[in-house]
Amino acid sequence: MSQQGKPTVVVIGNGMVGYKFCEKLIAKTAAFQLVVFGEEPRRAYDRVHLSEFFNGKSAEDLSMSTEEWYAENNIVLHLGDSVTDINRKDKVVYSLHDVAQPYDYLVFATGSSAFVPDVPGVEKEGVFVYRTIEDLELMQAYAKIARKGAVMGGGLLGLEAAKALIDLGLEETHVVEFAPRLMPRQVDSVGSNMLQAKLEELGLQMHLQKSTTNILGDGKIDGLQFADDTLLQVDMLVISAGIRPRDELAKKAGLEVGPRGGIVVNDRMQTSDDHIFAIGECALHEGMIYGLVAPGYEMADTVATLLCQGEKLFTGYDMSTKLKLIGVDVASFGDPFVSEPDARTIAFEDKNKGIYKRINLSTDGKYLLGGVLVGDAAAYNILLQTVNNKLTLPPNPEDLILGSRGGEGDTGAGVMSLPDEALICSCESVTKGDICSAVTEDGVSSLEGMKKCTKAATCCGGCAPLVKDLISETLKANGAYVKNNVCEHFDFSRQELFDLLKLNNIRTYDEALDTFGKGDGCESCKPTIASILASLWNDVIAKQSTIQDSNDRYLANIQKGGTYSVVPRIPGGEITPEKLIVIGQVAQKYGLYTKITGGQRIDLFGAHVSDLPDIWEELIDAGFESGHAYGKALRTVKSCVGSTWCRFGLQDSVSFAIEVEDRYKGIRAPHKLKGGVSGCIRECAEAQSKDFGIIATEKGYNLYVCGNGGSKPQHAQLLATDIDKDTCIKYLDRFLMFYINTADALTRTATWLNKLDGGMAYLKNVIINDSLGICEQLEQEMQSLIKNYHCEWKEVVQNPELRKGFAHFVNAPREKDPQVKLAPMRGQVKAMEW
Amino acid sequence: MEVAVLTSVEWVLVCKTYDVPQNGGACVKHHDEQIAIYNFSRRGEWYATQNLCPHKQQMVLSRGMIGSTGDTCEPKVACPFHKKTFSLLSGECLSGDDYQIKTYPVQVVGDEVFIGFEK
Repeated sequence: MSQQGKPTVVVIGNGMVGYKFCEKLIAKTAAFQLVVFGEEPRRAYDRVHLSEFFNGKSAEDLSMSTEEWYAENNIVLHLGDSVTDINRKDKVVYSLHDVAQPYDYLVFATGSSAFVPDVPGVEKEGVFVYRTIEDLELMQAYAKIARKGAVMGGGLLGLEAAKALIDLGLEETHVVEFAPRLMPRQVDSVGSNMLQAKLEELGLQMHLQKSTTNILGDGKIDGLQFADDTLLQVDMLVISAGIRPRDELAKKAGLEVGPRGGIVVNDRMQTSDDHIFAIGECALHEGMIYGLVAPGYEMADTVATLLCQGEKLFTGYDMSTKLKLIGVDVASFGDPFVSEPDARTIAFEDKNKGIYKRINLSTDGKYLLGGVLVGDAAAYNILLQTVNNKLTLPPNPEDLILGSRGGEGDTGAGVMSLPDEALICSCESVTKGDICSAVTEDGVSSLEGMKKCTKAATCCGGCAPLVKDLISETLKANGAYVKNNVCEHFDFSRQELFDLLKLNNIRTYDEALDTFGKGDGCESCKPTIASILASLWNDVIAKQSTIQDSNDRYLANIQKGGTYSVVPRIPGGEITPEKLIVIGQVAQKYGLYTKITGGQRIDLFGAHVSDLPDIWEELIDAGFESGHAYGKALRTVKSCVGSTWCRFGLQDSVSFAIEVEDRYKGIRAPHKLKGGVSGCIRECAEAQSKDFGIIATEKGYNLYVCGNGGSKPQHAQLLATDIDKDTCIKYLDRFLMFYINTADALTRTATWLNKLDGGMAYLKNVIINDSLGICEQLEQEMQSLIKNYHCEWKEVVQNPELRKGFAHFVNAPREKDPQVKLAPMRGQVKAMEW
Repeated sequence: MEVAVLTSVEWVLVCKTYDVPQNGGACVKHHDEQIAIYNFSRRGEWYATQNLCPHKQQMVLSRGMIGSTGDTCEPKVACPFHKKTFSLLSGECLSGDDYQIKTYPVQVVGDEVFIGFEK
């Protein structure tokens, strides 16, 4: 008993499972005093995402809890201290640092260590295991002097470790595997081969069926010798050949352990001593060690439930798994290997794209038994649910891996056929019923809300797509989610609103809300309608400043720390020395950081909101105009120097770029627009990565549309060939206006085209053949927008009432925000970290 | 006998009604404090909160868009940085995080706007 008279539970080990046990017990009861011993120097951290440590995540980012959490829940945490002895008779544990801690219940959560095979030379410098943050720190330090690295072990952990070596920047990364293929425990041989091909494409070198007999080198590793007498030169080795349960303390205390390691437990997770439990990777249940986190959490829950007098048994756990190995999706579920005559298999192999999918059906074809996915594991969650819940298969089960071909896709509909008890988030034991009732009863409508409400998708995150589908399908079933509405205030899509506002000649947001909406608006519908109004009428947006997104309200881009950046228009990237000098002088005067942008202009960062009108006054005096870098509007038309200077140039690309940029400047669209003009096929202006791109040919120009860079780059597609300048502009007018009239809010041209029924062929028909008979109207609408062009900043600078809106303090307009802090960097300034 | 505890409030004149844009916000300074004040003219209501968004510690809430949410039309403001939204009534974060911002009472007399500070 502890001092407060509560029974004491001592937990040995502060890994993921040990931590989860504490969390689960605390959630159920405050009746116990918890004492935790952890031999590592830090609090429990997320070992599943360990490789992200090399992608810049810190140890603290990976941490599963805070110091305060332990204090708040009155948990005594001994870090950097391991238990060395147990007196089971008197129920006391003794630690390395001489703590004597009595217990009522003892929980082993000692986890596992890396299994290091008995190969001569494993003690050499440059040989590592991949298990803890300390291991990673050692690898990180050594990688600086290493060029070639190898991983021993081609299983799940080994490939994770190989990813780590790639992230560390080694020139060569080798994987050495004893078996004839990769991931032999999870994936069948066809899947292994596909995975191997994909990984080799990504630069990994595979050495299969290799048994390492010697680690070579004088003091430090310089090579591996294999049983077939071949050699591999490496100067760094990571051993990842499996795990070994940490059962040495249990053994010393006289508890029963398995012949090949592991503390023997029953279905209650009790060891051979009723008051001592073992959970996670150190526990041996029915001859099985579970090396995944989800079953460990289930064991933790079992013990926590039993301690609260509840009844729960652990009866084995599904070892299905899905992971992304160096960018390649791999999943294995149910029984991945069962085959004829005990099952019927359906397999799909696409060597071109590196995709392999296999499902195993029961012999009557009614049920799914398991399968393997490589290269595309999008269907994993629903397939796993189909196995676990013994769902009856549809008449064409091949649709499960091929997708339904022809007709409307019914993706997502499948989730609703799951029974309520289907386990969706296995880490946090959240069922479909829990998620649906959170939507129906508690009004949860987003993934974030669901995480808060049920904890689903908060651990490994693998179930997040399924959770999202369930939320939207449940909303749909409840009739709440009808279509692609702008937000809760308007039951219309952007395109519907666009037409309504146009037909009813609506010019202000308030009119729109009163006529077609309800409530008081929000941060979704306000900027959407602001953009539609701008696309329709091209009025001065500053006159309705409070419905604009922040950047449009202040006509500048808000940056870290609350300052703004300023981008004057530099059409086609052409600028005179005089204008360059003015930009330099303005930057000097207002203390701004200057940088050349990707669109051939100059960005000035770090402006106080209250300085913006003064800065622009000076820029406008020098002949500059707003660059609309803050708006969903035309940004730049990038150009190469073209025939005026370049010896390859076929046309004057700079002049054309300037003409096009000046034509469409200030036009607002559902998303930003970028253009490019190249003087020849060498394409130095990168026009094919833009929303519209023009490339000079000997006969005229080729026009490309609907490309973009960003997170999902997509090349623009050819709309017309060898057209003259006027035709090019005519098609561009039509194309841009058609996009503005029909795209959803915040949809770039590339995504818009991808969603357009009929795709590029249809677009060509509309723009070139006028198949809808709207081209004349589109051209007129564009003319009217061009006619109404005005420089927004000029309007503000000349209008004292609008200028007033840029004060930081309305009751002290001359004072700047004292919270703005800038730090020096390479002779300029930068924003302070947040 | 029950004694009601009345916290005394000091009303401070901070700006004129026309200083704050309709259906939008502005920032006022009171000693070292920055306060965001919102003119919810559509509803004929005024609100005030701290100007600091607790998510990334930025002094910007006054530059956010205001609006309403849910059947009760709870008034809210969205931070311009990452669109975290906060109730203008309770200061509670409405986008699922555990943040809480301070709110202040507002009184309008004629064209003068007063904020109430606890003494």
